[in-house]
Amino acid sequence: MIGLHKLVERRAGLLIFGILLVSSIGGLVQILPVLFAPPPQSSAERYPPLALAGRALYIRESCALCHSQQIRPLLAEVRRYGAASRPGEFIYDRPFLWGSKRTGPDLQRIGGKYSDAWHRLHLTRPRAVVPSSIMPAYPWLAERRVDGIALQARMRGMRRLGAEYTDQEIAEAANAVAGKSELDAMVAYLQFLGRGGAPRQ
Amino acid sequence: MARARAIPYHDQIVAVFIAASIGWALFGMLAGVWAAAELVFPALNFDLPWLTFGRLRTVHTNAVIFGFGGSALIGTAFYSVQRTCHQSLFAPGLAWVVFVGWQIGMCLSMLLLFAGINAGKEYAEMEWPLDIAVAVLWLSFALCFFGTIGRRRIAPIYISNWFYGALIIVVAMLHVVNNLALPVSWRESLPLYAGSVDAVVQWWYGHNAVGFFLTGGFLGMLYYFLPKQLGRPIWSYRLSVIAFWAFVYTYIWAGPHHLHFNAIPDWLQTLAMVMSLLLWLPSWATMVNGVMTISGAWHKLREDPALKFIVIALPFYGLATFEGPMLAIKSVNVVSHFTDWTVGHVHSGALGWNAFVTFGTLYFLAPKLAGRPLFSARAANIHFALGVTGVLLYIMAMWGAGIMQGLLWLNLDEAGEVRYSFVEIMEAVAPYYVARLIGGALFFAGTALMAWNLYMTMRGARIVQWYAPAHAEASAAARKTKPRTRARKPAAA
Repeated sequence: MIGLHKLVERRAGLLIFGILLVSSIGGLVQILPVLFAPPPQSSAERYPPLALAGRALYIRESCALCHSQQIRPLLAEVRRYGAASRPGEFIYDRPFLWGSKRTGPDLQRIGGKYSDAWHRLHLTRPRAVVPSSIMPAYPWLAERRVDGIALQARMRGMRRLGAEYTDQEIAEAANAVAGKSELDAMVAYLQFLGRGGAPRQ
Repeated sequence: MARARAIPYHDQIVAVFIAASIGWALFGMLAGVWAAAELVFPALNFDLPWLTFGRLRTVHTNAVIFGFGGSALIGTAFYSVQRTCHQSLFAPGLAWVVFVGWQIGMCLSMLLLFAGINAGKEYAEMEWPLDIAVAVLWLSFALCFFGTIGRRRIAPIYISNWFYGALIIVVAMLHVVNNLALPVSWRESLPLYAGSVDAVVQWWYGHNAVGFFLTGGFLGMLYYFLPKQLGRPIWSYRLSVIAFWAFVYTYIWAGPHHLHFNAIPDWLQTLAMVMSLLLWLPSWATMVNGVMTISGAWHKLREDPALKFIVIALPFYGLATFEGPMLAIKSVNVVSHFTDWTVGHVHSGALGWNAFVTFGTLYFLAPKLAGRPLFSARAANIHFALGVTGVLLYIMAMWGAGIMQGLLWLNLDEAGEVRYSFVEIMEAVAPYYVARLIGGALFFAGTALMAWNLYMTMRGARIVQWYAPAHAEASAAARKTKPRTRARKPAAA
C-alpha cells in the first residue's frame, strides 16, 4: 500500500484522479438509487398560484431556518404535529424545505390548524398572540404586493420540471394574485401546508 | 550568482487574502453575535427586513464559511504550496483574478442575501449567477494550485497539498451537483431534484462542504503550519497517508445522517450512520498525529502565542469529530435532531477547530510576511483566553439547551400525550440563549483584538521577499527537459 502511495504522491495527475475516484464512490452509491427510484406514491396536490407565491416568500425570509416541515415517525412528534411525513408529500417541493432546526414548531401540518386571522396577526405582531415568542415580526408582508410576473415564470419552470400547470392556469395566475398582498400569499401557503397527508389526530 | 537564479515566492497575494479573511471574520462573527442577540431580544431587528433573523443568519454562515474560511484557505494554500514545492506560484495574474473575483462575489452575495434573494438550501444559498461565478473562480484557484504542483522542484507532493487538493476537487464536485437548477429569472431558480431527492443531494453537499471545506482544507493548513511552527516533522507520515485516504473515502457517505427519521429510505440512514461511526477513526488518527507531533516540544507553548491557537484547535477537532459520529447514531439523533445541540456541535468545530487553527496561522504568518515580530504577544494571549472562554461557554450553553429541548419535546405523560407545550419548552431554553450570546460576544471580542494586533504588526511594513532554497543546478536543468521523471529526494528544507 505504502509502495503504491509512493507512486501516487509523486504524480500530481494520479493524485487528482485518485481523490476524484475515492471521493465519488459514496455519493454514487447513495444518490443514484434515490435518483432513479420509481416515484413515491403520492396524493400531493400542486401548489395553487397564491400558495406558490407564498412559498417563494417563505424562502425569501428563510423561515425554514427556524421551522421544520418534517414530522418524524415518533410517538411524541405524531401527537404534537400530526401524521409522520412521507416521501410522496414533497414531490412538488423545489427546493425541499424540511429544515434542520426547530427554534419554532414544525409547520408541515399547520394548514387548517389556525384561522387566517390568527396567521395575519401572528405574522405581523407575533408577541400579540404568543407573549414569549422570539419570532421576528414581518409587517412589510402586509404592505407589499405579490409579483405576478415572477409567479408565472416560476409556474412555467415548475411545469418544465413535471408539475402539470395548464397554459390557462399560468395565464390566469397573474390576475388571480393581482392586488393580493404578500401577507395573503404567505397565509395561503401556510394554510395549504399538509395537503396529501393524513389529517391531524 | 545564486541570488540571480533564485525563485521568488509570491506573498503579496497571500497578504491580501489574509487581510480579507480577517475582515470577513469580523463582519461574519458580528452578524452571528447580532443574530444570537435577536434570539434573546427579538426587537433588535427593528422590524427591518434585511436585519431579521432569517436573513442575518444566512449572511452570518456565508460570511464566516466562504468569506473568512474561504479567503484563509485560498491564501494559506498559495503560501504553503509554493514552499512545499520550492516553486513560485503558477499564473500569479490569475491568482489576483481569484482574489478580486472572490471578494466581489462575496460582497454581492451578502447584498443579495440581505435582500432575501437566496436559493433556499442551507450553505448553498447563492443563486445561480453567483454559483456560476464561484465555479469559474474555483477552477482558476485549482489551476494556480495544481499548476504550481506541476512545476514543483521536489518530487514527493507534501501531505498538506493532498488535503488542499481534496478540498479543491471535492468541493467543485459538490458545488456543481448540488446547485443544478433551472433558472426562471436572474434571481430565482428551481432545483432539478424535488423533495426527498433534493434533501439527499443537499445533505450530501451540506455534510461534505463541512467535510472537505471545513475539515479537509483546514487539515491542509494544520499539516503545513503545525510542523513549521514547531520546527519538527509530522510524527507519523505513514499515519497521515492512511488517515488521508480513509478520510476522503469515508466522509462522503455520512450525509444522510442529517436526515435520520426523515422521509428518505431507511437503508440510506443506516448506511450513513455506520459510515459516520467509521469516520471517527481517520479523524482521531489525524488528531493523534498532531498531538504526537507536539509531544516533546510542549515548552514552546510558553513562548509562542501563535502555537497555542493551533494546539488548542486539536482537542476541539477531536471533540467535534467524536461528537459528530455520536450524533449520527440514530438513537442519539432522536434527541438531538432539530435542537440547539446541532448548533453547538457546529460551533465546537467552527470556532474551536477552524477559527483557532486559522488564528494560529495568522499570528504566525503576519510577522513572517512583515519581517518584524508580532506587535503584542500579550494581546494575543488575552485573545486566547477570550476565545477559549467564549467557545466553551457557547458549546456548553447549546448542550444544555439542546439536550433539554430534545428530551422535553419527546416527553409523554401517563395518558400518552405530550407533557409540555412547544412554547413552555422554548421559554425554558431562554437562559441558555443568553449564555450563548455572551460566549459568542467574548469570542468576537477576541477576534477584534487579533484584527487590531495584526494590523499594528503589518502597518507600514513592506512584504518581505522570500526565495525558494537553491537546488543543484544540474538537476534543475535536467528537470526542464524531462519533468518529474528525474525525481529526486527533497533537498533539506
